[in-house]
Amino acid sequence: MSATQTRTRAHKKAPGTLLLGLSRIGYETRLYFRSPDTLFFTFFFPFIMLGIFTAAFSTSGNIGANPDGTGGVSVGAYYLPGMLAAGMLLSGVQNLAVDIAGEKSDGTLKRLGGTPLSPLSYFLGKIGQVFVTAILQAGLLLLVARFVLDITLPSEPEKWATFAWVFVFGVITSAFLGIALASVPRSGKSATAVVIPVVLVLQFISGVYLQFTALPEWMQNLASVFPLKWMAQGMRSVFLPEGFAAAEQNGSWDLAWVAGALGVWLVVGLVLSRVTFRWIRRDA
Amino acid sequence: MTVLDPVVQVRDLQKSYGSVEAVRGVSFSIAAGETFALLGPNGAGKSTTIEILEGYRDRTGGEVNVLGVDPHHGGLDWKARLGIVLQTSGESGNVTVTEQLRHFAGFYPNPRDVDEVIDAAGLREKATTRISKLSGGQRRRVDVALGIIGRPELLFLDEPTTGFDPEARHQFWDLIRGLKAEGTTILLTTHYLDEAAQLGDRAGIIAGGRLIDIGSIDEIGGADARVPLVRWRDSGGLLREKRTSQPARVVADLLARGDGGEPEDLEVIRPSLEDVYLSLVRGHEAEAAASGAGNTVRPSRRRHGDGGAPASPVGSDKDVRA
Repeated sequence: MSATQTRTRAHKKAPGTLLLGLSRIGYETRLYFRSPDTLFFTFFFPFIMLGIFTAAFSTSGNIGANPDGTGGVSVGAYYLPGMLAAGMLLSGVQNLAVDIAGEKSDGTLKRLGGTPLSPLSYFLGKIGQVFVTAILQAGLLLLVARFVLDITLPSEPEKWATFAWVFVFGVITSAFLGIALASVPRSGKSATAVVIPVVLVLQFISGVYLQFTALPEWMQNLASVFPLKWMAQGMRSVFLPEGFAAAEQNGSWDLAWVAGALGVWLVVGLVLSRVTFRWIRRDA
Repeated sequence: MTVLDPVVQVRDLQKSYGSVEAVRGVSFSIAAGETFALLGPNGAGKSTTIEILEGYRDRTGGEVNVLGVDPHHGGLDWKARLGIVLQTSGESGNVTVTEQLRHFAGFYPNPRDVDEVIDAAGLREKATTRISKLSGGQRRRVDVALGIIGRPELLFLDEPTTGFDPEARHQFWDLIRGLKAEGTTILLTTHYLDEAAQLGDRAGIIAGGRLIDIGSIDEIGGADARVPLVRWRDSGGLLREKRTSQPARVVADLLARGDGGEPEDLEVIRPSLEDVYLSLVRGHEAEAAASGAGNTVRPSRRRHGDGGAPASPVGSDKDVRA
């Protein structure tokens, strides 16, 4: 290196990891909204399912109603918490697993690995994108619930505090699990075939599409191993009336267990992402 | 690191994948500001070598130093001084050319101006087009633009002009000459030998994981390989060649022999880098085949070279094709 180059370089500092992370969030979010597949299967999927359930069961009356037909909640109101939980899972796990597996196989990661972009900035971009899109998705779901489906939303600040921590915790956990799951598909093309069944089965057994309390006990126990059941339960505690708690597995919302399960999965996801992620498949 | 230190230094580089030895003791160095062309057939170990220098792969043995750093331990500061144009590009590309360049420029401490790079890469008209909508050659230009956006001291170009039309290739050469003029050190691999001749200062030829020759573009292969060739069609319609250091004399003799009649299809050919390359690689293959076959009769493949070969006797007439 020549003396002049040394001097100019000493003046110019490389952009910081955090700043680049922010730049990545903007870039990644733009890409997210330009991908029709992602928009349909991740962003709007909960809307579509909520619409289908509301329309299909609109004549079957309220869920949890008294024998005389009073009380309970509408079908839309009952499914709203599950759809919010599904949105968190899709935005994190499905979105990132398919996205990163694709980037691995189409050479995007290899190219980034040859630039001074820190892997930390890259992850900030991915997780930030998941946050931005999940927040937009949840906000839009709540608006549709309130103004289109005429669902009464809770007014108690405590409920919204619960919503906030379940959402943040759940989305971060999902994002890490998505990064970890991205290492499983052998190619970008097979990514959806590997990822979507996993996510779909989880949604069926975790109380997103089927009423969790109506599932057989073994299925409930199986679902309890995975994080989605806990996200859905946490969301039910926010949006369903107190009376519904009695129908849960232990007769209560078990928010401590929700926090515990999400915490464990967050650590598992973080460790797996850290261990499995490579810019390229490295040889020995 | 002083000005005199080479930018790239490779000593006895080795790389094995299991029992397969892809690179078997390659040594070369590249001086600051030099353009070095690494040539060789597919599977010869070029890409493995270049990927070790770029820090993508770990070596099995030998010493490697790139910009004063062992690529195995190259950090982000080191990567900021490199520009890498990979052999393949297949990004989905839902961003425009300008967006992509602006974003990548942000990774580097002292990037080039995005608009200047777009102009230099000939992408002005496509600046606001999504990369996914570009043709293969245009995408390749984006790859090159991304490789130089960080104002690299050392630029790796791995088959950069694959898929370019002739005009685009000439524009690309101008772009690279501009970078050379600014003092950028370049490591180029290409299958277009005219490209290597146009851009390279020196070349190394790899075959079978070994460097079979290295030298300046004008001298590689040795003086014998560059002996001119006289080619003409004889009165019987047969195409004939004569390798000679005195082509004018041969032509004069021809004229005299043909009683002043003009020989048909007369050419005096100075072996191009491609001719020299082919004879070197074929010679190597022949040797490998001979040693592999356990010292059986050595195939005389050298004599079948398009442009002749160092081993072919100077001045011998031979029939090429009817």
